[in-house]
Amino acid sequence: MKFSNHELAVRRLMRAPKTRREMLKQLGAGFGTIGLAGLIGEKTGFSSSLHGSSSPLAPKVPHFAPKAKRIIQLFMPGGPSQVDTFDHKPALKEHAGKRPSLVDRKTLRNTKNGLMPSPFGFKQYGQTGKWVSDIFPEVGKMVDDICFIHSMHTDIPEHAGAIMMMNLGHIQPNRPSLGSWLAYGLGSDSDNLPGFVAMSPRAQPRGKLANWGNSFLPGAYAGSYVNINSMKPDAVIADLKNANLNRNEQRKQADLLTKLNSEFLARREKDAQIEAGIEAMEMAFRMQFSVPDVFDVSKESKTTKDLYGDSEYAKGCLIARRLIERGVRTVQLSHSIDGYDIAWDTGHGDIKGGHARLAKACDQGISALLKDLKTRGLLDETLVVWGGEFGRAPTSEGKNGRDHDHYGFTMWMAGGGVKPGYSYGATDIFGCSAIENRVHVHDLHATILNQMGLDHEKLTYRYSGRDYRLTDVYGKVVKDIIA
Amino acid sequence: MIVGRAILKTPWLITFFIIEITACAIPDFQRDIRPILAGHCFKCHGPDKKTREADLRLDIPTEEASFVKLVERINHKNPNDIMPPPSAKKPLSEAQKQLLSEWVQAGAKYTDHWAFLTPKTVSLPKINQPEWARNEIDYFTLVHLEANGQAPTPKANRFKLIRRLSLDIIGLPPTPEEIRLFVEDTKPNAYERLVDRLLDRPEFGEHWALPWLDLARYADTNGYEKDRPRSIWPWRNWVINAINNDLPFDQFTVEQIAGDMLPKATQSQRIATGFHRNTMVNEEGGIDPLEFRFYAMVDRVNTTATTWLGLTLGCAQCHTHKFDPVPHRSYYEMMAFLNNSSEPELSLITPEQKAQQQSNESRIVTQLLKLPIDKAKYDTWIKTQKTNAVSWINIIPSKMKTSIGWLELLEDGSIFARGDTSKHDVYKFEFTNLPKNITSIRLEALPDERLPKGGPGRAYYEGPKGDFFLSEISLTSDGKPIEITSGSENYAKQWIGSSKPSAMAAADGDLQTGWSTSGREGKHSQAVWQLSEPLKTKTIKLQLDFSRHYSASLGRFRLSVTSQKIKPKAKELPGDIEKLLVQKEEDLDQKARNKLRLYYINTSKNTEVALAKIAKLQKKTPPSPTTLVMQERPEAHLRLTHRHHRGEFLSPREVVKPKVLPFLPPLEKDMPRNRLGFAYWLINPNNPLTSRVVVNRFWSALFGEGIVRTTDDFGYTGASPTHPELLDWLAIEFIRQGWSRKKILRLIVSSSTYRQNSQSSFRLSAEQIRDSVLKVSNLLNQKVGGQSVFPPQNKSIGEGIYGGGSWQTSSVADQYRRSLYTYRKRSMPFAMHNTFDAPSHETCIARREISNTPLQALTLLNDSFFLDASRTLGRWAAQQNNENAFIIDTLFQRCLTRRPSPMEQKAMLSFYKKTYGRFSNNKSEASKFAGASKGDVIKQASWTALARVILNTHEFITRN
Repeated sequence: MKFSNHELAVRRLMRAPKTRREMLKQLGAGFGTIGLAGLIGEKTGFSSSLHGSSSPLAPKVPHFAPKAKRIIQLFMPGGPSQVDTFDHKPALKEHAGKRPSLVDRKTLRNTKNGLMPSPFGFKQYGQTGKWVSDIFPEVGKMVDDICFIHSMHTDIPEHAGAIMMMNLGHIQPNRPSLGSWLAYGLGSDSDNLPGFVAMSPRAQPRGKLANWGNSFLPGAYAGSYVNINSMKPDAVIADLKNANLNRNEQRKQADLLTKLNSEFLARREKDAQIEAGIEAMEMAFRMQFSVPDVFDVSKESKTTKDLYGDSEYAKGCLIARRLIERGVRTVQLSHSIDGYDIAWDTGHGDIKGGHARLAKACDQGISALLKDLKTRGLLDETLVVWGGEFGRAPTSEGKNGRDHDHYGFTMWMAGGGVKPGYSYGATDIFGCSAIENRVHVHDLHATILNQMGLDHEKLTYRYSGRDYRLTDVYGKVVKDIIA
Repeated sequence: MIVGRAILKTPWLITFFIIEITACAIPDFQRDIRPILAGHCFKCHGPDKKTREADLRLDIPTEEASFVKLVERINHKNPNDIMPPPSAKKPLSEAQKQLLSEWVQAGAKYTDHWAFLTPKTVSLPKINQPEWARNEIDYFTLVHLEANGQAPTPKANRFKLIRRLSLDIIGLPPTPEEIRLFVEDTKPNAYERLVDRLLDRPEFGEHWALPWLDLARYADTNGYEKDRPRSIWPWRNWVINAINNDLPFDQFTVEQIAGDMLPKATQSQRIATGFHRNTMVNEEGGIDPLEFRFYAMVDRVNTTATTWLGLTLGCAQCHTHKFDPVPHRSYYEMMAFLNNSSEPELSLITPEQKAQQQSNESRIVTQLLKLPIDKAKYDTWIKTQKTNAVSWINIIPSKMKTSIGWLELLEDGSIFARGDTSKHDVYKFEFTNLPKNITSIRLEALPDERLPKGGPGRAYYEGPKGDFFLSEISLTSDGKPIEITSGSENYAKQWIGSSKPSAMAAADGDLQTGWSTSGREGKHSQAVWQLSEPLKTKTIKLQLDFSRHYSASLGRFRLSVTSQKIKPKAKELPGDIEKLLVQKEEDLDQKARNKLRLYYINTSKNTEVALAKIAKLQKKTPPSPTTLVMQERPEAHLRLTHRHHRGEFLSPREVVKPKVLPFLPPLEKDMPRNRLGFAYWLINPNNPLTSRVVVNRFWSALFGEGIVRTTDDFGYTGASPTHPELLDWLAIEFIRQGWSRKKILRLIVSSSTYRQNSQSSFRLSAEQIRDSVLKVSNLLNQKVGGQSVFPPQNKSIGEGIYGGGSWQTSSVADQYRRSLYTYRKRSMPFAMHNTFDAPSHETCIARREISNTPLQALTLLNDSFFLDASRTLGRWAAQQNNENAFIIDTLFQRCLTRRPSPMEQKAMLSFYKKTYGRFSNNKSEASKFAGASKGDVIKQASWTALARVILNTHEFITRN
């Protein structure tokens, strides 16, 4: 469980900041008793985020006016095939079985087979007439709200590394995740929920908690993971409830605790850490009741429930909406069926059966989420991002499968100030490599941060003597897709 | 500066700041100016030639005119002219502009960076209150206080002192008995004797190993996605023992960096080299193992720099450091020192165990040979085998080489592969003196205990260990291919994949197919190929290709040929047995006869029953533990280190030679240019960094902040020391005291500075909190060392988290070991540790962040571990035949090392009485909470409630 370090509480307490003068006055009172501590000073001076003046999760002013306030990432680990979903390539049929030089590129398993047409039909949808595979009929109905990027590419064709790249901007697991960067850059808008929630049914996406981890960023910016399959509202957070004690006894014990802590505090002059500790304890007490509530979808209307349908992924979509409605900044909802952590990778052996099942398991939920957000007027300020860590080759692997393809793949976004009903970039005529308006994952990250009001070059954290960025030393905002 | 850091800051920092700005008239270059220049200007006007603009350098003195210009440009109103340019997104604040202007006005004086100059011996400063000073440290701290018109705070009382010392030295709170002993000690030097007692405790090594384990990124798994287990806990044992034995830090360093290279290296010294084997290993199929080896090397360079030099070299992996004077090339020159080892697993078998094992084996052989066999059947077997035996001639190459590692010819004519291995290894051989008319060629894949799982292959990740996959065998003569027409093998199986493995699949020109013997790890297999016609030439070239999505080349093998006309097939019979069968019986010596007989006994169906009996007699010796170590490669096979353009694995450029960083003292002439020489360089007293960095970390552990606040960065952008003279004095003293950790710690904690009443307070580490709970509730299992353990974890979050069932909760005794021994799975850190800011042990951590979160409160309140401890304390309290007030006093002191104040006493007593009253009316609630049905459950529940509250206090998880 990595809900670790949610400082939800601290900021309420930290309404303290007062004025700088007041602060100094308050601190000056303890002058004589500061002792050695006063000897070991720091020189960098008065920081805007003095200890005791604000919590790490207090809302922060973005670099510029944001288009989106929240983000829902519909993550498709394993690599959905672009040519079987949203990147329609009729040329595959015509050249089936051939291996033109355009697609003769080294894949993970070094497959040498020829082109394989999509086993699925494609239809045109919406006013934009966007071609969408028959496995995504419901998402198809929403194409006029969607901005497709067909020219994605990434660094390596191996799952764990590419998943890290998609969620951390680096192929190793030792960097902060996108959501934790957002929490660091923007703070949290909720005072009783985590700022960043990651969810999936049963299987955590490959790489597990690195996907929502904070790495070297302070612990307060870590995401909390929720397994929406086994979810019991009480069990969303470890140790949320005490099974052995009724609420009254808990309250009585909490009261004595506060008393003892206050005594300790009184003896120690002003110690903001202790104050924060007291508040965190109180907050924890309140969370026991507020957290289960948000995950309880039974309170939704029948219309809403019908809209989403009853698949696990749809439940996740509905919870995602409930979370962002209550101020959660980032939701990462990973797809999985059969408890497989890179679900879309069944594409190695079976595109037809595997992809159809996977799409069916999420199609209605995703479409419902977009409709629901739109109806509630939330889509404008919510950025929805769909996609996997890479795509799949247009050539075949074995008889019916496709190997990984990191040279080109499709992702899409909706809401959050991106152009609706728009398609950007392109792969070659067979859908193998991005050739037109190429967008690297770093560019995607730069763009996401941009929509959230953050300059990806300015959002830095000094660690180990270096200013780190989500986009490392790369990344360009894809201006053409911004509405 | 940074929000997260803000949590650490305590109010005094601000007061100090005020003193600073009023005290400084002329800006100090090192303290005030270089950080600004480094942070805002060096990127384009610094050491890196490639990114330098306008041919202007500001990291070194330049002409006066440039400085005049500098002041003009930083204050320019026009966005096109202002520096730094708006596009750099690094604007200067007004205060910074002011400082720069003042500095230029005062003559723009540069001084060398303090940390790169060897510490100087300084005389003690004059202080007004010399009677306050207990040792030299106090002179340096008091002089600062006095200069600021401050006085030290009074000495802390003995309760406070013993809690502080105990938590600092052994990481645990004192027991009631220890408290009593110290508080009532009226003899002189009670404090000093307490310090000595604590330093002698075995828990000292455990506590001080912890920050070293953070630096070394110690974990029990390989990291990355697969994150499979590894055995390197013997290295952790080594660290604990080394610290307990006060192994001098210089030796501590040399053994960990290059223990294997010391003359007559002991097993212990080899174990020590595990320090740099703690890097992560990516076992995912499809990755390039060499790429991830490169990342491990990068990690080793960075970790070495942080741990010993307090430098953040990471930047120089990709380009010349923007702030510190580290050229891009120097990064790889430093890597070259560390880059020449192989990375074996060391079996920790003792010489006695080894002797025992050998005598066991020979006893078994004797028993086997004594086994009565049916002579007629044996003779028939020999006869049949002789008829079928082929006269194979072992061929020895005149030249052999591989695409990446190297090959060694062994005495028995077999070949052993060493060095690195890749996803496509190619072995090339030349034979110049072959027998005439060769018709067939045989490849024996042989087991060898030095290989993973005993070989014959070198696969060590993704596929089964010891697996191999021969994609292709090809023969040429004068550049023309020699055709292979048929082939056979005694066994073929391939680990995943749809194609069918066989000897012929390795002769079909397709790298995707081949011969593999998965499932026969540790055993012999063979393949035989026939040529289209008898070979006319004596000279051929032979090539073996091993191409798979993981490294899968052969580790040990033998090549043989025959001119026999009837084309032979591959056999189950090993080559060395077949060789005996070809010889005339009378030519065989007793040893050879025994060998044949043994082979027969071991394989024949006729002897199965007898064999089973003997097998039962064999003493099963438990396998010896293994640990990961470094082993320097022979000089003939130095691994070349390249500079990597932009730090990219795929862009190796020129080869670089080992060289130390240019701004630090050079490697002494008589030192070898290798890992060992480098290790000695690190601890050379002339090295200005190592000693400073290490004592600063000690200081930081004892005071919550280092003298240099940035414990991991002593470079230009790191913080300046608050007490430079003290730091230098300590650094020199540390060396003078023979790098003794215990001596320098004793010195620091003996100072009046340390004994002040109001010292910094900070939250305990995750491990200390858990250990404290175990200690005060008397649950702690004090066993020192050994394998990692699996305490129970809360599983309420769902099955997905602990997938694979890898978290097998340990036996009860092991559940209560110190947290240092808790199994460290990188992708799934122990939840309680993670909640309380323990790192994931993926990279080197010089200092942990400390946060304060509701989740921590939830853990303390509701985690079953904490409840168990409260119940244990509750049971204990319920058994006391004493006044409630007395029990409260004892319980409180046991946990918090002090007596409660009257007010606290009153509050707790009233709480106890009321709780007791409520539980009396609800016995089932009481029973549930106390987790007991026997005894006075109401009393137990009420005391448990109070214990739970005390264990939840902020004071309990804080060190004052």
